[in-house]
Amino acid sequence: MTVILAEIPYWGQSLLRVLGGLVAVLLPAGTIVYVFLFKMMSFMQSRLGPMEAGPYGSMQLFAEVGKWLQKEDIVPDRADARIFKMAPIIVLVSTFLLVAVVPFGPDAWFTDFETGIFYALAVSSISVLGILIAGWSSANKYSLLGGLRAAGQLIAYELPMVLAVIGVVIQAGTMNLQKIVVAQNSGSMFGIDAVGHPYVISQFIGFIIFMIAIQAELTQAPFDMPIAESELVSGYMTEYSGFRFLIFFIGEFATAGVFAMIASVLFLGGWGVPFAWFGWTSIDDIDNWMNFAGPLIMFTKMMLLVFIIMWIRFSYPRLREDQLQRFAWKGLIPVALGNIAVTSILKVVF
Amino acid sequence: MSTASNTQPRITSVAEVKAALGDRLVDSFHKEDLWLRVRTDAWKSSMQTLRDAVGFHYFCFLSAIDWMPSPYGRGEDDPTEPAPERDTTIRQGYAGGETRMQVFARVTNPVTHVSVVVKVDVPDDSLTIESIHDVYAGANWHERETHEMFGIKFDGHPDLRNMYLPIDFEGFPLRKDFPLLARMVKPWPGIVDVEPLPGGEIGEGEES
Amino acid sequence: MTMLGDRQQLSYIASQAADARLNLELETEGMTLNIGPQHPATHGTLRIIARLDGEQVVWAEPACGYMHRGYEKLTEVRTYPQVTTLVNRIDWLGSFANEVPFILAAEKLMGVEAPTRAQYIRTILFELSRIANVSLFLGDLGVQLGAITPVFLAFRDREYVLNLIESATGGRFHPNFDRIGGLKDDLPAGWIDETRAVMKKLRGFCDQIEDLLFGNEIFQSRTRGIGVIPRDVALQYGLSGANLRASGVDWDLRRDHQLPMAWNKDDWKVWTHPDGDSFARCWIRLQETRESTKIVDQLLGSIPAGPVMAKVPKIIKVPEGEAWVSTENPLGEMGYYVVSRGDLGPFRVKIRSASFNNISITPWLLRGVYVPDIVTILASLYFILGDIDR
Repeated sequence: MTVILAEIPYWGQSLLRVLGGLVAVLLPAGTIVYVFLFKMMSFMQSRLGPMEAGPYGSMQLFAEVGKWLQKEDIVPDRADARIFKMAPIIVLVSTFLLVAVVPFGPDAWFTDFETGIFYALAVSSISVLGILIAGWSSANKYSLLGGLRAAGQLIAYELPMVLAVIGVVIQAGTMNLQKIVVAQNSGSMFGIDAVGHPYVISQFIGFIIFMIAIQAELTQAPFDMPIAESELVSGYMTEYSGFRFLIFFIGEFATAGVFAMIASVLFLGGWGVPFAWFGWTSIDDIDNWMNFAGPLIMFTKMMLLVFIIMWIRFSYPRLREDQLQRFAWKGLIPVALGNIAVTSILKVVF
Repeated sequence: MSTASNTQPRITSVAEVKAALGDRLVDSFHKEDLWLRVRTDAWKSSMQTLRDAVGFHYFCFLSAIDWMPSPYGRGEDDPTEPAPERDTTIRQGYAGGETRMQVFARVTNPVTHVSVVVKVDVPDDSLTIESIHDVYAGANWHERETHEMFGIKFDGHPDLRNMYLPIDFEGFPLRKDFPLLARMVKPWPGIVDVEPLPGGEIGEGEES
Repeated sequence: MTMLGDRQQLSYIASQAADARLNLELETEGMTLNIGPQHPATHGTLRIIARLDGEQVVWAEPACGYMHRGYEKLTEVRTYPQVTTLVNRIDWLGSFANEVPFILAAEKLMGVEAPTRAQYIRTILFELSRIANVSLFLGDLGVQLGAITPVFLAFRDREYVLNLIESATGGRFHPNFDRIGGLKDDLPAGWIDETRAVMKKLRGFCDQIEDLLFGNEIFQSRTRGIGVIPRDVALQYGLSGANLRASGVDWDLRRDHQLPMAWNKDDWKVWTHPDGDSFARCWIRLQETRESTKIVDQLLGSIPAGPVMAKVPKIIKVPEGEAWVSTENPLGEMGYYVVSRGDLGPFRVKIRSASFNNISITPWLLRGVYVPDIVTILASLYFILGDIDR
């Protein structure tokens, strides 16, 4: 792949990367919406879900997208129009920025930062701004309540997320996501090479904390106070309709997909399989076909993690705001700090 | 299954209740259920006695009855013909009465499951009676509803706003001289259904 | 059935107090929020005007009347059989249960008693409407709290009950099946076996809901200690049904009133709970649904043969008098005070609906709670708009 890529001029590479980024965000989003939201949720609720559009309702997403795109662009009279229009775009932009740093293969990556995960965590906070200004600029008391709740919740749950990741960084010894993947796949556990060293096993507490924090960052139940449909109608999204709502909608599921990708990179070994299966010892040994198989493996792992996220979303009632905050500050953060302490001690000792 | 038989304890409780009310009791009627009528000026104190001394803690409801027969009948009169003669005497029901409007409330003893309907005459000129919302907190909303439907004022009630009707509604709907507007607009053909059924037969005049 | 822990209650009160202190220190301005009348949370068009300080309610008041249809005035222009149609629509989820007290009051005035077979079938249909009503409550409870799955299970299992009611009476929602003196028709063939099968399914549904919802820690933390109604306040406001039993009052009109129905012909239990919080109210309704299925099963096995209609004149004129009958409806105590003047129709009917009293406690109850708890409390009190507004 490196050989092929080297012959395309730089602007061509950038174009490919941009298109690849779009695909990497939108394709998982669409698949997640169809498989989990339309079908899995329906089956769990003993109904069939959309069946009309396309075979087994597979074209339903396109039908919905088309429906939203052709709606009237309504901005409430007293809303702050410029900020109102800006808010959904901020939320979506943070997702695209996030996917830029996820590796899909030994050479199939968009950017190779040395501080990959640090950048990712920082950029994921931009969506908080988007949600907050969406709630505030809507000139609607429900949206305001939703936006304020979101601000409190999202900021509170970033801390456990960051702390859970630090454990992984300590173990891998690097913040570069590509190197974290390689460290997991070329490592070994208890001397068994064939398993690699997925951090989900040695950092399982960190994994659980990270998954809970993701659930909260995505404002999915049980942490969906900002949306809280039975109280706030739609929370910060109440006044949005048409393609602006579409952007929020896509953003919600795209972000779920991208966070799941990051989680699979950090904990499940990312795009790779244990190197011992093919006798590779370092990243330069990997054959070229891995650049095509890598995204597929990544996709599978992402779907697995999103399955868990969605499963919990459809089953649990929602926590009240103060219970939510208490859980984060008094529950998750101390456990995460403990996890870091134990990891550092064990890393030094072993 | 323990079924509290309502006849045995009732007889003794009836005497107890009447004794507790003393001379505030004007009339009573007992036929499976107990109806009491108390003096107009002793309404609140009677309810207080019933709650404290006899143990009727459970407040079921409070409302009013307008004993005047409706001058509109059941809205079945032919508007082209002159209005028929109707009986206009005001006759009260169980436990008697002297006025057109009566307020009645029902309270229950949650332990013995004995209950009583207490009626009180509302004076025709002032249409005012004491409020019992500080005796039974639940009476608050019931008195609001009675006020907006009948026009009876409750002395001492903190907030007699309309509950069901718009704030600027004029008139008191449940009074008998307030007609049911739907029947004024189009009188009901009444019990005999004279329109032929779709098959062509004339329908029989009865409901089943 | 565990009781509310003191620590939990204290922590809730402490957080409320802390919030109130903070609001006072920051001198925040209150915000008036209108919940409803169009809103996903309220069961119909109920409007709650809440003055909030941050996320705490300072003052809340429901404004009902958006669905007022003037039933009490309408009954004065109808004949007795026509009132049944009207009265079906008060509590539209368990509508057979609305007809029964009125019919019983008219029969009491006439001195007529329905034949035993009719009494048994009335009781069975009454309990079926209770099951239909409360199973929707159990599903809806999840939605109010954010769990979106139970409501689909509830609707799925409620369909069986509605199909049963339809095959017996002809109407899923508004059966209009009761007549003065008995019932309109006898049961169709095979109905008894079908009902037995459905009762088994409903017991399975109750178990599912208990696992999915009641056992969930988040549900418990959202409902325990929320909206505690002490016993004497509940009695004063005239709360009834599960709300009263959740505050520890042993009160069930099916057992305590002597009515010509078949409740006292079989063995069943009255459930109470000492806590008086939202969890207690929800939990009792769950147990009551199970109890109802047992009642139906027992009655199905012992319906006597005979006519379903007593000898009643074709044109019904009820003699002069006043009568009150109230029954333990799915929502609480529903009663009719019928005043008759010997006419074809009633002189005055006072409809005592359960939800009216149940909601009248909300101004007292909602002070100082958080906004999400408004929804929890309203969901646990369980009202139907038609019942409040008549």
